[in-house]
Amino acid sequence: MTAPLLTLRDVVVEFPAVRGLKALTTAPEKRNVRALDGVSLDVASGETLAIVGESGSGKTTLARAINGLVPLAGGTVHFDGMALHEGPDWHAVRRRMAMMFQDPVGSLSPRKTVRDLILEPFAIHGIALKNRRGKALDLLADAGLGPDFLHRYPHQLSGGQARRVGVARALALTPALVLADEPTAGLDVSVQGEILNLMNRIKSGHGLTTLIITHNLNILRHIADRIAVMYLGRIVEVGPVERLLTAPAHPYTRALMAANPEPDPTARRERIVLKGETPALNARPPGCEFHPRCPVARADCAARVPQLEPSETGGRVACHYPLSRESLHA
Amino acid sequence: MSDALKVADLSVHYATREGALQALRDVSITVPEGQIVGVVGESGCGKSTLINALLQLLPENATIPAGRITLQGEDVTRANARRLRQMRGQEISVVFQDPMTALNPVLSIGRQMRDIQYRQPGRRAEKDRRSAEMLARVGIPDPVGKLAAYPHELSGGMRQRVAIAMAALMRPRVLIADEPTTALDATLEVQIIELLKDLQKEIGCAILFISHHLGVIAELCDRVVVMYAGVAVEEGPVADVFLRPGHPYTIKLIECDPGRLKEKVADLPAIPGSLPDLTDPPPGCIFQGRCDRATEICATPPPRRVQHPGHWAACHHAKPEGT
Repeated sequence: MTAPLLTLRDVVVEFPAVRGLKALTTAPEKRNVRALDGVSLDVASGETLAIVGESGSGKTTLARAINGLVPLAGGTVHFDGMALHEGPDWHAVRRRMAMMFQDPVGSLSPRKTVRDLILEPFAIHGIALKNRRGKALDLLADAGLGPDFLHRYPHQLSGGQARRVGVARALALTPALVLADEPTAGLDVSVQGEILNLMNRIKSGHGLTTLIITHNLNILRHIADRIAVMYLGRIVEVGPVERLLTAPAHPYTRALMAANPEPDPTARRERIVLKGETPALNARPPGCEFHPRCPVARADCAARVPQLEPSETGGRVACHYPLSRESLHA
Repeated sequence: MSDALKVADLSVHYATREGALQALRDVSITVPEGQIVGVVGESGCGKSTLINALLQLLPENATIPAGRITLQGEDVTRANARRLRQMRGQEISVVFQDPMTALNPVLSIGRQMRDIQYRQPGRRAEKDRRSAEMLARVGIPDPVGKLAAYPHELSGGMRQRVAIAMAALMRPRVLIADEPTTALDATLEVQIIELLKDLQKEIGCAILFISHHLGVIAELCDRVVVMYAGVAVEEGPVADVFLRPGHPYTIKLIECDPGRLKEKVADLPAIPGSLPDLTDPPPGCIFQGRCDRATEICATPPPRRVQHPGHWAACHHAKPEGT
């Protein structure tokens, strides 16, 4: 395996929990909440890593930390030979790293035409184009849109078409890494297949590395090589996609995968319905943070913090009593 | 078994600058007492228009050129404002999609739940006791204490439970659930589905469950109506429709769900094309523009072909089972 394109070590991101004068009377350790708490990841060149987790698990914060939209409170990030934690030239970094934002229409300026939107990255990076119209047409064609879209405004696009424009913009500068935040959010099932096919095709065509953030579990198998599962700003399990889908080692991963309702009325449901909800970031449970909701928690889970360690099922898992393959069928 | 809610040949048009937008055309849906009927469809299929029509909350530019909506035998489209106010929240109630905006942010949960009981006799303490009971039933910890809480103090899942408790408080005969799990995470989605199932058994109401999520419909509903561009294209028992769909749109929609593919595929299925212009819908079948089985005959109105007893598909090319 080649050297990873992106390496994160013990990344911490904090947000202020109390502001203003009140902060002065609050104990220092309670002034901030940790949205990311010690995240380490390697993303190899050419692979697609999917980050999954529920609301508030820190998925979007992770993407924002990687491309510098939120400051790091600790840890290191290396990307393509650049140390992102040491105040790099973000202009240069972002030329190699593109972001696809969650809201397909909202991430496009309503006052610009599709042509201007697609050519905007070149203007920002001061790249002169000989044939602007030709370049815009090429990028549109790559994204599966015809020339009649050049002069449309975002409000004249459907969700799927706006998403395609987002793809064209992200790919304009031929980046090495694309961070895609919920690429299927808000799209109908009949359209999401087209967008994912487009992303897969471009990925293999350009040898692109992608980090996909999603809570859509159904698409994982078709887009990702590996999955990282997040809970409360930490990675609880990471591994190859098929392994995690068929033999998850962390009880949370298993519950998450089993929670996904299937469109098959005859399917046998052996589901673990988790109790309660994700705790707040300022009220992290002691020990393993999942233990209050865990169906197989034991007494010492509340006392010891589990570390990410190699699992029996082929990935890495942060659990004192990981599930084995056998226990899945027990 | 009588019908709690019956929609017969309902059409709803919106007046626009481009002409009448035909948002619903000849839609018929029957929800028998004590059953859960699902409506599944993608953006633009008319789900929201249907709900607004049921509650008579359509915007001013909407007209109902044809059709009847009967709630326990009473025609809702002819009810006056006073009667409608009696019905809403008491006989028919809704759980909306977004639990963040469904509750009033400046009133406590207890106050909002007391307001719903304005027609009930009884003292304030009595009403609060009923509210707390209902909160307990939907699985809210410390229900009495939560009456004093404001919506922002609760998490998304808890707020949706409160919204369900409010909708069920007056024991309505019909509960409309408008994508109640879409804004929630997967593990909460399951909790809410289980809750709706239990509640339905307990208070015996009929539920009209509206969703774009095939998996949720398959799990919760007895019957399902598939809608496309303002038209009901197929209807039947959930197991029948999902296992032996008759309409090409239903077939494609089920194929498109990546959840059913257990092996990695290079090309995910999709339905090419887009919705027809509803100010000028094509004559005949509404799906013909995106259908790979379309022929000349599709320009004429499609018949409702019975697939099985109680299961039909509106398609010229749909064949009954075994032929």
